[in-house]
Amino acid sequence: MSKTLFDKVWDSHVVKHIEKGPDVLFIDRHLVHEVTSPVAFLGLKNRNIKVMYPEHTFATADHNTPTRNQHLPVKDKLSANQLKALEENSKAHNIPYWGLGHEKNGIVHVIGPENGITLPGATIVCGDSHTSTHGAFGAIAFGIGTSEVEMVLSTQCIMQPKAKSMRINIDGDLNIGVTPKDVALYIISKLTTSGATGYFVEYSGKVFRDMSMEGRMTVCNLSIEMGARGGMIAPDEKTFEYIKGREYTPKGAEWDKAMAYWKTLYSDKDAIFDSELFFNASEIEPMITYGTNPGMGIGIKNGIPQAETVEGGNATYKKSLAYMAFNEGEAMIGKPIDFVFLGSCTNGRIEDFRAFASIVKGRKKADNVTAWLVPGSHRVEESIQEEGILDILQEAGFELREPGCSACLAMNDDKIPAGKYAVSTSNRNFEGRQGPGSRTLLASPLVAAAAAITGKVTDPRELMQVEAV
Amino acid sequence: MAYDKFNILKSSAVPLPIENVDTDQIIPARFLKATERKGFGDNLFRDWRYNQDDTPKEQFVLNNPIYKGKILVGGKNFGSGSSREHAAWAVYDYGFRCVISSFFADIFRNNCLNVGVLPVQVSPEFLDSIFKAIEKKPNTELEVDLSLQKITIVDTEENENFVINAYKKENMLNGFDDIDYLLNIKKDIEAFAANTPL
Repeated sequence: MSKTLFDKVWDSHVVKHIEKGPDVLFIDRHLVHEVTSPVAFLGLKNRNIKVMYPEHTFATADHNTPTRNQHLPVKDKLSANQLKALEENSKAHNIPYWGLGHEKNGIVHVIGPENGITLPGATIVCGDSHTSTHGAFGAIAFGIGTSEVEMVLSTQCIMQPKAKSMRINIDGDLNIGVTPKDVALYIISKLTTSGATGYFVEYSGKVFRDMSMEGRMTVCNLSIEMGARGGMIAPDEKTFEYIKGREYTPKGAEWDKAMAYWKTLYSDKDAIFDSELFFNASEIEPMITYGTNPGMGIGIKNGIPQAETVEGGNATYKKSLAYMAFNEGEAMIGKPIDFVFLGSCTNGRIEDFRAFASIVKGRKKADNVTAWLVPGSHRVEESIQEEGILDILQEAGFELREPGCSACLAMNDDKIPAGKYAVSTSNRNFEGRQGPGSRTLLASPLVAAAAAITGKVTDPRELMQVEAV
Repeated sequence: MAYDKFNILKSSAVPLPIENVDTDQIIPARFLKATERKGFGDNLFRDWRYNQDDTPKEQFVLNNPIYKGKILVGGKNFGSGSSREHAAWAVYDYGFRCVISSFFADIFRNNCLNVGVLPVQVSPEFLDSIFKAIEKKPNTELEVDLSLQKITIVDTEENENFVINAYKKENMLNGFDDIDYLLNIKKDIEAFAANTPL
């Protein structure tokens, strides 16, 4: 029988199928961070059991960590307490822990791929919804709750019904200035934040084939924002090239064996999806959000939609615009902004910093803008220095912070003040997401850079060095 | 973690007729710093419920004494966003045992089922009937019968059946959690792992 990519990976991990119930799904890789794990470890302690496969469990500190002076003790007592708990729990259960200061430390979804933990055909979970990022490698990867973290720690399994399948096809070539972030925000604006709920999405077509691995990660990362459990892209030569030689990647004969399996990981020609959607690359413009969920995005040159043209609740829509202090019909271009945040598991990788630098090079940061540039990991930070990007940023008046989730969810001190506008490369523009009362405009690193230079929402194409045709 | 068994719940309900209520509203990230599952109910809907100086926002429904009960009724796409189980803990800890909506985000629904909060998905029309009934009479009682998979507006006897998978239903009726099940089949899991290249 023909199978989708998702079927192939899921079915090969089912330990047991429960009639009229969920599947018991075996998990290959479990990523753990400080915020969603302590109660799970407490559960193990209460039952007096150990982590079943510590060698397939990896822990890092990222969500609540400061992005300055990481060599000093963490000032916030509650955060410090969570970090200490993870360190102790990791030690007690023999789990590798890459805490603050460790060379491998960084955002969990950045360091997984960097270290070869993320592999095609694997099942990967983490107590974080953006675990969908790892689907870029042809893995089934999704976020779980703390009860499920406890299940995986203690039994390496979770119990979930198999999701429905959706394929999103985009062929054609992307326009200049359109990045993977824009592709994802475009899809979410079409589907809404609940359009893919209950589905696992496969991205297919020339746009995704042409995309770099980091670009694919950005797209898969945002799958959750359309409601999907996860997203995935069939592995290809780019995938294999990316993972080859990384620390936890199979080597020698193991690599050959793995490759033989990985090359079978694609949707069969006549595989049937529960839902299939098609978009055209040429229609996608640089995107920006104007509201309080990631589905409220538009092409940057467009105006804010009128309430009556928006599907769903009028009251909810107006509440959202009131929170943002925006009005129906207004243009986004030219709106003054206060903060710029470059970073997160969505756009905190080296290509994102290269893109940002390509715009700010030789220019100066606007005086009215506070910019927080936060690399996704120490490895990203090193590349920024090695490639000379740090010099470009500093000459333009920017400084670089230390790795972590930072202002994406503002669990540390990096909080956007109430009422202020931030152009952010992160993933959620919910009310208060970046700090109580903060107002978030989600966008690509190019749009963020253009805003940082001009102090207002600006079409990045105006600042790009476009080659004469 | 064990939770109370769920069978029949008859209670008035708290209406929140807003769509896309996300987990950052249910519990903002800055309240996720505990290392124990305690006290999350105090921060349920924190920024909708309290001003920045911690005084209550009087117009918010949880601060309005005419609305109370063990059932929370929300608009479409309830619980979107993060995987934080703290959102479900906060709902449970505040005293809700059931959330009703016309559509739930996936992870939130799953988290609810794992902590003993019953997510009941109803048709948009029935959701509208519930909101209207509560608007007319704030202490309108709803009856949620898990065995029969049926929800009823008590006064009008309007009712609708809801879906829940048989395994989860059995768990909720008995207060079991998935870990008990998984620990019981650990031998099967080990056998599976032995044949899997992990």
